[in-house]
Amino acid sequence: MSEYRFAVNVLPKPGILDPQGRAVEGSLGHLGVEGVSGVRVGRRVELTVEAGTEVEARATVERLAQELFSNPLIEAYAIEWVDIHAGVAG
Amino acid sequence: MTRIGVVVFPGSNCDRDTLRGLELAGADAVPLWHEQASLDGVAAVVLPGGFAYGDYLRAGVIARFSPVMRAVSAFAADGGLVLGICNGFQVLAEAGLVPGALLRNRGLRFLGRDVRIAAERLDTPFTSLVGDGRPLQMPIAHGEGCYFADEATLDELERDGQVLFRYVDADGRRAGNDGDPANPNGSLRAIAGVLNARGNVAGLMPHPERASDLLLGSDDGLPILRSLVEAAARAERPAAGAEPELVGAR
Repeated sequence: MSEYRFAVNVLPKPGILDPQGRAVEGSLGHLGVEGVSGVRVGRRVELTVEAGTEVEARATVERLAQELFSNPLIEAYAIEWVDIHAGVAG
Repeated sequence: MTRIGVVVFPGSNCDRDTLRGLELAGADAVPLWHEQASLDGVAAVVLPGGFAYGDYLRAGVIARFSPVMRAVSAFAADGGLVLGICNGFQVLAEAGLVPGALLRNRGLRFLGRDVRIAAERLDTPFTSLVGDGRPLQMPIAHGEGCYFADEATLDELERDGQVLFRYVDADGRRAGNDGDPANPNGSLRAIAGVLNARGNVAGLMPHPERASDLLLGSDDGLPILRSLVEAAARAERPAAGAEPELVGAR
């Protein structure tokens, strides 16, 4: 068994109103920043899965992303592999 | 007396008010702990308002996986009456027991104030005693109450009579969309409450239990609770006409 670390990035689906994103975008003018658009606010969940292979681990993450981390009616997700050793080596 | 269960999740905060409201509506109301796998034989279940599991991740989603919700899902699949109020509505939506989802309020703020809703259907277990579809005044208290479903689903809900309550103004006119103060959270088509396809599970964002006594400023919510209690009592007892036949069959 090995440990695999993933991140699940969840965002409101295109077309779903994102009032947080809208509020953030609206505040940019106060920072004196112009030319920024399409701000969307979501969430990121990181997790470590113990499994025989990365394919198995990814299947578990896929299931969790669909059933728990996102609501498929309103949110889309993307799974990203995280290098566990990157931080240690640095 | 008809027993109705009120589920208590960690973070529920309207369970007491709901128990009291149901008692005023004539029920024997009992709490059901979120870790129990049985519903103790109650005739109907109410999921109360609050912040189950701190609303972490998304309002209602963690509560959905609690042991009691497995029992509630089975009860609903069997035709049992289930009502979700506010956070309870969010739990039902996350569990897929009612259609749609509740998004962050359009104005981003948590809203705690009185609103008016009107029943679209007067022939359901949740609205049979509401009367004539007049505006009902009761409080909302939520941050994620903006009802959402895609356009095709909304059309289906309207066609199949699954829109149970809509936000209305003081004169009973259906609220508009974004920007109309009568539609507090920007809900699509001003939807404040929906039914499942079978008609035995309903959710609404406003709080009928907080408007169940004139001392609270309104008792417009009481007929909703009374409707549920009466329907639960009917479901509990076999219809009077059916009894002799059953006796004869033995």
